[in-house]
Amino acid sequence: MKSFNSNTEYHKWAMVIDLDKCNGCGACTIACQAENNIAVVGEKMAREKRTMSWLRVERYFEGEWPELRVVFLPMPCQQCGKAPCEPVCPVFATYHNPDGLNAMVYNRCMGVRFCANNCPYGVRKFNWFNSKWEAPLEQQLNPDVSIREVGVMEKCTFCMQRIRRGKDKAKDEGRGVKDGEVVSACAQSCPTKAITFGYLDDPESKVAELSKSKRRHRLLEEHGLDPSVIYLKGGA
Amino acid sequence: MENTQDNKERRNRSRAEIPSLEELRGIAARKSLEPSNDVDLSMPEAWLNQYSLSPMFFTTKAYFIFTIALSSVVAWAVACWGYQIYNGMGVTNLRPPIFWGMYIATFVFWVGVSHSGTIVSSLLRLTKANWRRPVLRGAEAMTAFSLMVAGMFPLIHVGRVWRIYYMFPLPNQRFLWPNYRSPLAWDMMAISVYLTASMIFLYTGLLPDIALARDLCPRNNWRKKYLTILSLGWRGTHRQWHVYEKASTFLAVFVLLIAPSVHTIVSWDFAMSITPGWHTTIFGPYFVVGAIYSGVGGVITLMVILRWVFGLDQIIRIMHLYNLAKLELVMAILWAYFYFVEFITSWYAHNPVEWRIWVYQWERFPHLLLIMLGGTIFAIIALSFHKVRTSPGWLFCITILINVGMYIERYLIVVPVLTHRDNAYTWTDYVPSFVEASIAAGAIAYFLLLYAIFAKILPIVTVADIREGKIISGDVRIGNRVLRVHADVEEPL
Repeated sequence: MKSFNSNTEYHKWAMVIDLDKCNGCGACTIACQAENNIAVVGEKMAREKRTMSWLRVERYFEGEWPELRVVFLPMPCQQCGKAPCEPVCPVFATYHNPDGLNAMVYNRCMGVRFCANNCPYGVRKFNWFNSKWEAPLEQQLNPDVSIREVGVMEKCTFCMQRIRRGKDKAKDEGRGVKDGEVVSACAQSCPTKAITFGYLDDPESKVAELSKSKRRHRLLEEHGLDPSVIYLKGGA
Repeated sequence: MENTQDNKERRNRSRAEIPSLEELRGIAARKSLEPSNDVDLSMPEAWLNQYSLSPMFFTTKAYFIFTIALSSVVAWAVACWGYQIYNGMGVTNLRPPIFWGMYIATFVFWVGVSHSGTIVSSLLRLTKANWRRPVLRGAEAMTAFSLMVAGMFPLIHVGRVWRIYYMFPLPNQRFLWPNYRSPLAWDMMAISVYLTASMIFLYTGLLPDIALARDLCPRNNWRKKYLTILSLGWRGTHRQWHVYEKASTFLAVFVLLIAPSVHTIVSWDFAMSITPGWHTTIFGPYFVVGAIYSGVGGVITLMVILRWVFGLDQIIRIMHLYNLAKLELVMAILWAYFYFVEFITSWYAHNPVEWRIWVYQWERFPHLLLIMLGGTIFAIIALSFHKVRTSPGWLFCITILINVGMYIERYLIVVPVLTHRDNAYTWTDYVPSFVEASIAAGAIAYFLLLYAIFAKILPIVTVADIREGKIISGDVRIGNRVLRVHADVEEPL
């Protein structure tokens, strides 16, 4: 087995979502909400489409009633290789980090929201108000993730804190990150194992194997953004 | 010979008859002065000085009521802004995926209005169009003030205005610079360069007039002090005029080059994105033409208001409105052409996402589209008539309609494109909130307030330029004959 040093080599994290396995339960959304300290905004804001969820499950309907079929599409940040959100930020608040992810520097953001306008997937979220956690809910906040202030953008990070922890541990033990060692919150909580997370450039990883499937496609590929989320659909 | 004698006599006679500042109060307020289309060579220079400076020194009660009303609208808008800063951007009706709304539309509108001031002024200076003189100051001031208003909107729009200094290239320990790849960084630089240049342009033109106001200002008047400072020791010496002429020609060229680039860059805020409906090469020229169209409309509106409010119909005459209206007619036709080109390319290509935006516009905003498109067509038809071009009332109505249409146009560029993005799941609708509407209304009041204050503290009429025009269009002695020069005189209508 070729040794793969994830701490020094450039690599690309990726997510494979099997749409045929997704039953739209929304566990990924909830897991993400808990892991990343995402604010719960309440009914009124949700009606205004101002939910803060970094990962949403989109519902589409196929056919006409009564032959109606519901299709689900989990939509996290696509972590594009050529992300359109990055060049338009005037202050480098969003940038491409060495892990191949679109990182967000919350403290640098001043909220011009150009990045969100330039994202064709619509996965960027904006803090319209300051978020509050009523006692004792603030006790369950994840200490690894910062709380975002009013007026800044945020979005799915591919659970960067988990990636960081996995890489640090591997580094301490003098090895590379093993496949399956770092799992995003959504992948971990998916009951049907529809979401797989891992290194795309580790040829033996599960993600790399799945991404070679004939059922693969990526969303809005006509824009040429090279997204890191690969969807599988159709066939067995 | 007789003629010069005549002139001298007339000058002497009229010097005795120069009305005092107090008497002029009545003249300035009176609107029934016979409008003359010919150059009034008999108007003695001192009289002209007083008449031109009268808006500055005489204030009516209506002026105070007007400015207090405007200030209260501005105060309300500032309070709304404070409320927004305190609570967060959630007080607007913006929501994913519509992250830019009325604020950006208003920003683009005011940048557009700012365009024509300097373009008209510098173009007319460079082409030595003699009729330009009374129009210059009002147009240049319009540029400066509408840019000041426009410059407020990026601040109002951002989520954390207290961090706005991240945009500026300030040296810092971490070598964190603005991202020069971002159209917003270009935009900030373009707007600040344009604002600086147009302020300098305005101020340079003001210098001789400030000096004149300083000389005519009574000693005990509160204006004396700052006029003395602002006039920078202008004495009207030969050398000073020489430098002045050189500087204003240079600045005219400079500003003329900056102006189109600024609005092109504003259009690139949209065109450089990958959003269907925005990502189009036509946006640069489209925005520039739209800006000039809306700006010339703004100049005409303001000229009519100045005539009406300050009774300046001896200086800003029908002929000036007529010439500006001709320019506006050309811009209206160009603008209609751009509408046509923009529509026909989307229709023919029929990109599904882009076409969906058009369909949505027709379904959601038919009344707005009617005002916008109908207004342009109406303006083209109406401005083709000589009678309309010479009627201040008509011109006022048409230019207001034009600028309402232009505001709608900017709104329709920003809103439908964002509410209907590539991902159909996110589609939504947007209506500006009360806070947004208040701030947009406050912008109009702020602009008018700045203009009204300007008219009271600095000369709104280009006295020096008008006098220059009079000198070069006077009597010329050739050999032993004295001829009246008509070549350089404004054409009578």
